[in-house]
Amino acid sequence: METLLQQIINGLVVGSMYALVALGYTMVYGILGLINFAHGDILMIGALVALQAITFAQHTWPHLGALPTLAFGLVVAVPVSMLMGYVIERAAYRRLRNAPRLAPLITAIGVSFLLQTIAMIVWGRNYYSFPQLISTTPLQPVKGVYIAPVQIVILIVSAVLMAALIVLVNKTRIGRAMRATAENHRIASLMGVDANAIISLTFVIGSGLAAIAGVMIASNYGIAHSTMGTLPGLKAFTAAVLGGIGNLGGAMLGGILLGLVESIGAGYIEQFSFGFFNSSYQDIFAFVILGVVLVFRPTGLLGERVADRA
Amino acid sequence: MKKTMIALAMLAFGTVHAQEMVVKIGSSAPLTGAQAHLGKDTENGVRLAIEDANAKGVVVGGKKVKFELVGEDDQADPKQGTAVAQRLVDAGVKAVIGHMNSGTTIPASRIYNQAGIVMISPSATNPTLTQQGFENVFRVMAHDGKQGPAAAKFALSKLGKKVAVIDDRSAYGQGLADEFEKAVKAGGGTVTTREFTTDKATDFMTILTKVKSQNPDVIFFGGMDPQGGPMVKQVKQLGIEAKFLMGDGGCTPELIKLAGDAIKEGSAFCTQPGVPLEQLPDQNFKARFLKRFNAEVQAYSPYAYDATLTVIDAMKTAGSVEPAKYLPALKKIQHKGVTGMIKFDEKGDLKDGAITVYAFKAGKWEPLK
Amino acid sequence: MDELVRIVPYFGTHNPKVARAIVLALILVAPILALGIGPAWVRILDFALLYVMLAVGLNLVVGFAGLLDLGYIAFYAVGAYTWAFLASPHFGVHLPFWIVLPLGAGFAALAGVILGFPVLRLRGDYLAIVTLGFGEIVRIFMNNLNHPINITNGPQGINMLDSLHIFGWDVSRRIVITDSFSINSLLLYYYVFLAFVTLSVILVQRLQVSRIGRAWAAIRDDDLAAKAVGINVRNCKLLAFAMGATFGGVAGGLFGAFQGFVSPESFSLMESIIVLAMVVFGGMGNIGGVIIGALLLSWLPEVLRSYAVPMQTALFGQVLLDPEILRMLVYALALIFMMLLRPSGLMPAHSRYSRPDLVLANKRVGP
Repeated sequence: METLLQQIINGLVVGSMYALVALGYTMVYGILGLINFAHGDILMIGALVALQAITFAQHTWPHLGALPTLAFGLVVAVPVSMLMGYVIERAAYRRLRNAPRLAPLITAIGVSFLLQTIAMIVWGRNYYSFPQLISTTPLQPVKGVYIAPVQIVILIVSAVLMAALIVLVNKTRIGRAMRATAENHRIASLMGVDANAIISLTFVIGSGLAAIAGVMIASNYGIAHSTMGTLPGLKAFTAAVLGGIGNLGGAMLGGILLGLVESIGAGYIEQFSFGFFNSSYQDIFAFVILGVVLVFRPTGLLGERVADRA
Repeated sequence: MKKTMIALAMLAFGTVHAQEMVVKIGSSAPLTGAQAHLGKDTENGVRLAIEDANAKGVVVGGKKVKFELVGEDDQADPKQGTAVAQRLVDAGVKAVIGHMNSGTTIPASRIYNQAGIVMISPSATNPTLTQQGFENVFRVMAHDGKQGPAAAKFALSKLGKKVAVIDDRSAYGQGLADEFEKAVKAGGGTVTTREFTTDKATDFMTILTKVKSQNPDVIFFGGMDPQGGPMVKQVKQLGIEAKFLMGDGGCTPELIKLAGDAIKEGSAFCTQPGVPLEQLPDQNFKARFLKRFNAEVQAYSPYAYDATLTVIDAMKTAGSVEPAKYLPALKKIQHKGVTGMIKFDEKGDLKDGAITVYAFKAGKWEPLK
Repeated sequence: MDELVRIVPYFGTHNPKVARAIVLALILVAPILALGIGPAWVRILDFALLYVMLAVGLNLVVGFAGLLDLGYIAFYAVGAYTWAFLASPHFGVHLPFWIVLPLGAGFAALAGVILGFPVLRLRGDYLAIVTLGFGEIVRIFMNNLNHPINITNGPQGINMLDSLHIFGWDVSRRIVITDSFSINSLLLYYYVFLAFVTLSVILVQRLQVSRIGRAWAAIRDDDLAAKAVGINVRNCKLLAFAMGATFGGVAGGLFGAFQGFVSPESFSLMESIIVLAMVVFGGMGNIGGVIIGALLLSWLPEVLRSYAVPMQTALFGQVLLDPEILRMLVYALALIFMMLLRPSGLMPAHSRYSRPDLVLANKRVGP
């Protein structure tokens, strides 16, 4: 029983990390219809920049305390990532906005590779130990079941950010402009929306979210390196599709579901398959779910039906 | 084409013959990438050996021989490994000291075998390397088939009988974990769970939760330090009391750094083939290495050093630098090296290779005796 | 071929016959020239030819039919593992190449259809991500199917694969003519691979202008319109997956025979992207361009390896940029800049049915 409960907690934590990343994916996709392959890599850059800033802060102001130091890391990393998102959109994606989907997609793969290479040039391939400024000493809400404060923080941060984004998109002027642009950016510009600015803004927000996600992930595992974005990127994309891409609540739902499926699946698959499968197949779940969802419900769990033609 | 090469060789031979014979010895290790520090260390071991031999002056079959190092970078990548092997063969090396990783050594050994060149790996520990039936393949480090059982013996006698085994599904991790598991079962222990992760993963909570449900005394992880460090942390996060044991992939300062404050004295151990540096029979080696390269010995340089001098020894005994001629002598060699006595069994494996167990103590790995 | 001829300086436009002869001679003499620098360069050429085959196959799926496949390397893996299963001591089976290669191609085609069926309805980016997942699934299975029954030998890979025997003649053994004159086996592999590549290129070229090829072009440009004029879109797409996979399967088998060792890490996502970069770099939908792209992008990293490191050591006293990083940089920039500046690749296609440049520029195709 404790084991199952623990697996559920593990799933929730991993799932909310996926959700955090998926929110960025889903925002960009919702507006542009583009899978920003580089999203995971912006996450990685965010984490590494934060690491740099935190190390700097720890050296310069050793008495700052844990949380202000972390905040300083975020204050540096989020704008850097935002700038990066803006530059990428401006330089690589904007020119291809009216091209068919293949072109921006291939460019996005290239950008993702480029970011990883740049990170390797700047930081090398080493694994860095990321300061765990939020406590990782586990609490025991139920006997035998553990959850660390950093994990609770991740759960809260992803829920809060999702709520904030929903408010932004549905209740504000900018949000209305975003929805209009998502519907059809040409008509939106005819209606007086500066579509280019809105798309840039979306990228900037998405990249900022990625940086926060990167710092959270690095804080949880206490590790940061130049390829840390790839796997969360892929999983989070799956989560976004599962929930219904373009739908913010869906990203959250999809992330949590995927996290649960992975942890419970990997935890119990051996019993279910009579020893044929085991935890070495953990990474397959995401891809299988992705395939199944896309085949039977291409719009995801909460997605709206969109027109067939792109 | 062949003709011009022969002509060139004749030309080279003709000019050099008068003074001394130049013999090339190849070295291959990852000189760039994540393992560059280890690869550089290996290559420097070969370099030091060659410099020593040249300084002393070696006479083979009545001719004075000057050895020359041909260093190549295989990036720890199997495909590059074969390309590099081909390059070394092209360069006309008489022996190769390398490669460093099992993954690159195994495909490369086939090329050396076809070309009839002797290869001695200082550090590839995958058992299959010497099970291919290649005459010309040797290694000077105890392989995983010995490390696994040694780790298992230590675990069963000192840490407990209930063992959970995790591997990272890499050629190295899986090979070592399998040998360990076999030896634990044979030694009367029980394997409570066998779990898997990948060499790119950072989250082990799910498998560790499963491991915890069976309450093992020891967790053995066959893998490298980038995964080992976070795993130690997560073991603590889940309140698992079991001891943590790794193979040589975890015997690094890196693991201690990545595990942070989660690693506790008396609860983390690792095994490594070879003798600890502090206990090398030849204590001068470390100091000489430091003086020559202005760098500390990392891991494999003493073995690379020994492998090189062993080959040179065999050349002297056989009176020839041709691999086909000195191969029989190499098979029977007894070379007193800095890591101990080098002699090979019929497969080309080191006889009586030592395995050392280390424990985490006072911020570093201390050898246990 | 014509596309290759056209890029020969001067003669290409003035005297195509001479240009044709030059190209042919270059293709035939290339490995001998490379041997002059060293057999290692012949080995690189051999690998380059395998990449050409992969690129030609992927081009069929991406360039002709417009289906972005990010898991293409899975078919290469299927071919290589088929060779490993049926021609190695692993199961103790040693079948000749004329059974194993077609079987490998067949299995790969089957895998292509298996992948193709569920993803038929997906387009563009969804398709890309699902194929990516497919590639990973295949790799993960190969990495783990040593338990409970040992099928693939897991991460250890399968070693000692049989080399290519063509009717009793072992390609991996040098031909000794006299004591001082022998033909290097790498050269032999080159010509064997060249034969396979030539066959594939001819096949693909014929396919492109055939009924099927035209149907693919129609689907790529507008699949609703294609459906409307009576093209069976489903079958055509399946066929594209299967045919593309076939080339991957054959190349995989040859790779297994050539390398003698297969392990799952040779079939990572990175490899899929490398092949895609080759296709994009050379010019999607254009066979000549794709060949040039594959040759350039498989040679360039090796040239970088040989010259960038000594040059950096000479200039800065240390290696600042790993050759591996330089290689990734080249691939990344190739993908980005080709899409931004020359969406039709290095060599824009001239054939009537291969104008992805127009499609990418969102212009109307044809009159």
